Amino acid sequence: MANTDRQVNELIKREYEHGFVTDIEADTFEPGLNEDVIRRLSAIKNEPEFMLEWRLKAYRRWLEMDEPDWAHVDFPKVDYNAISYYSAPKKKEDMPQSLDEVDPELLKTYEKLGIPLHERAKLAGVAVDAVFDSVSVATTFKEPLEKAGVIFCPISEAVQKYPELVQKYLGSVVPVGDNYFAALNSAVFSDGSFVYIPKGVRCPLELSTYFRINAANTGQFERTLIVADDDSYVSYLEGCTAPMRDENQLHAAVVELVVLENAQIKYSTVQNWYPGDENGKGGIYNFVTKRAACIGNNSKVSWTQVETGSAITWKYPSCVLRGDNSVGEFYSVALTHNYQQADTGTKMIHLGKNTSSTIISKGISAGRSSNAYRGLVKFGPGAEAARNFTQCDSLLIGDRCAAHTFPYIESQNKTAIVEHEATTSKVSDEQMFLCRQRGIDAEQAVSMIVNGFCKEVFKELPMEFAVEAGKLLEVSLEGSVG
Amino acid sequence: MLSIKNLHASVEGKEILKGINLEINPGEVHAIMGPNGSGKSTLSQVLAGNEAYEVTSGEVLFNGENLLDKETEERAREGIFLAFQYPVEIPGVSNLQFLRTAVNAKRKHLGEPEMNAAEFMKLAREVSKQVDLNPDFLKRGVNEGFSGGEKKRNEIMQALLLQPKLAILDETDSGLDIDALKVASDGVNALRSADRAILMVTHYQRLLNHIVPDHVHVLAGGRIIKSGGRELALELEEKGYGWLGIKDEDDAPVAG
Ligand SMILES: Nc1ncnc2c1ncn2[C@@H]1O[C@H](COP(=O)(O)OP(=O)(O)O)[C@@H](O)[C@H]1O
Ligand SMILES: [Mg+2]
Repeated sequence: MANTDRQVNELIKREYEHGFVTDIEADTFEPGLNEDVIRRLSAIKNEPEFMLEWRLKAYRRWLEMDEPDWAHVDFPKVDYNAISYYSAPKKKEDMPQSLDEVDPELLKTYEKLGIPLHERAKLAGVAVDAVFDSVSVATTFKEPLEKAGVIFCPISEAVQKYPELVQKYLGSVVPVGDNYFAALNSAVFSDGSFVYIPKGVRCPLELSTYFRINAANTGQFERTLIVADDDSYVSYLEGCTAPMRDENQLHAAVVELVVLENAQIKYSTVQNWYPGDENGKGGIYNFVTKRAACIGNNSKVSWTQVETGSAITWKYPSCVLRGDNSVGEFYSVALTHNYQQADTGTKMIHLGKNTSSTIISKGISAGRSSNAYRGLVKFGPGAEAARNFTQCDSLLIGDRCAAHTFPYIESQNKTAIVEHEATTSKVSDEQMFLCRQRGIDAEQAVSMIVNGFCKEVFKELPMEFAVEAGKLLEVSLEGSVG
Repeated sequence: MLSIKNLHASVEGKEILKGINLEINPGEVHAIMGPNGSGKSTLSQVLAGNEAYEVTSGEVLFNGENLLDKETEERAREGIFLAFQYPVEIPGVSNLQFLRTAVNAKRKHLGEPEMNAAEFMKLAREVSKQVDLNPDFLKRGVNEGFSGGEKKRNEIMQALLLQPKLAILDETDSGLDIDALKVASDGVNALRSADRAILMVTHYQRLLNHIVPDHVHVLAGGRIIKSGGRELALELEEKGYGWLGIKDEDDAPVAG
């Protein structure tokens, strides 16, 4: 250990000598991934040794793994050595100085989403006052959170300030070698959020990381860790929007939720990464591992997600229901259009007695897109009287798109009960004609019909998010009729 | 108001309307009667702009403008309303939301201010009572789980809300019991006004006891073969379609 320590220190020094810091104008690592890159990354972030060790362990695991190919998606091989693994926020001079310099198409989209002007500027990467920087936004609410004892900060900060909490829980839900993309994330994650809700505390605010990932192009490997201690509650919102770029970008995030006794975490996502253009060019590859561990008895987790973006989505927010009577919920809307591909769903792993889970999945396919639901419901031998309800609905718009459902059920306990319902429907010509005959134009009609289809999921979202999700669907469906 | 000249239309390559001529003036109520399969719904759908039906020749003027050139939604906003014979369900979309969107689309088109949710709620509650629908129906999905009669009354409610210039009612009486028929007819009669025209399509004459038409036309084989006043419907009731040499595929009585 001491030996490694010295080596690391030397390396850090060497890096400094080689002028990363002096060379700060070049704020992006040259493409490529090796142990050196990880050491440099860790050094820049001034991480304690355990973090570097952890990253290296993950990297070594990753090297031994193969990229998964079982998802119902199709994409060219990612060249991991063509990616840059660190990019500091660009200097203000390099960014657009005002909204006038931003792509008007992008602004139009924001306008339709009803995003306030100053936030549009931030989304577009305009170098606005640091007040709009996510860290500062969080500090606006620092006082009520501090009073309640809630910790909410960038994970890079948590590594410094609360190393014992980070060391205890990081990787406890998604181990470094869990899967290919989780291993990669563990090795190179750039930043993300850390939340700790102390015992008995109901978080006084809805915590949100809205927009943050866009601010700079560093957000491809976020790491989020939320710990809800006994008898606590938190609702966390995650919003993602990405600028348009012609090349595909890899986004491999990991989210870990730890739920202790009687605690509850509600995690809502509205994902609108750039999906690529109408010809399938560009867009984000969104390979995300999200998992919650309901460790304590009577704990509860709800995942609610609205996925409209990304060229490819590969995402299965999961619940490990270890505590007795623990509850897992998954409410999902996944919309694909043009050439988008989504393979999404959930895993409900019932281990404790009397655990229950609910899955409501709504898949909407338009254009030439492909949308798959993949769900695993598993009952361990100890899952006495556990139960699951799954409802999986697909809606097709047009006749060139596809929907697939892959439900898997594994049971090692005879007392477990599973209910599964699935439907596939189309937006019918008759429905469209009815709307249009009443004066509602075709695009508005489709968006209304789709919103109706998603109602059960939207009602699980916090209010403002639900409104936004509706608008987002509307924007995402543009050009899907006619 | 509406002037149909030698209208021919086909569906899936089969000609259904074979030269329809019809003049409708503001304030008038016209009834089109005919046996099943004679093309009544086809005529209604063509006027409303359903793209499943192809107009092969002829002309339709609506307030002096070429109706057939206009998109469905534009026709609707300019005052053409079709009460469907078979109203379709839109699950999850509340009736209230659907109707407000429709009313506001029209208001916007006419340069009028849009109605907010509260204003519209008040209006919709009043109108729903007028057709004897519990205001709870406003919260339910469009036609979702409605009985046949409820669907029909919902259609009339929509006409009352949208205040069209020309209301086309396709078999609004079918599937209604006597009480519901009375309620629906009262709704339609409430629509009658000097600047509005109503085109009622029906197989049976019983509706015409409640909504007394100014003109009655008999449609058979895609053509209007006879026109007359109110008495024509009564005569048909008495003598049956056979009287005009028409075979009624259903052999259903004209009276009912
Ligand atoms: N969408 C359609 N597809 C195929 N045939 C149709 C369609 N609509 C109507 N028809 C045919 O057109 C003829 C007239 O139908 P319709 O206009 O519904 O008559 P009515 O309303 O008078 O009973 C019938 O032979 C019917 O089968
Ligand atoms: Mg008919």
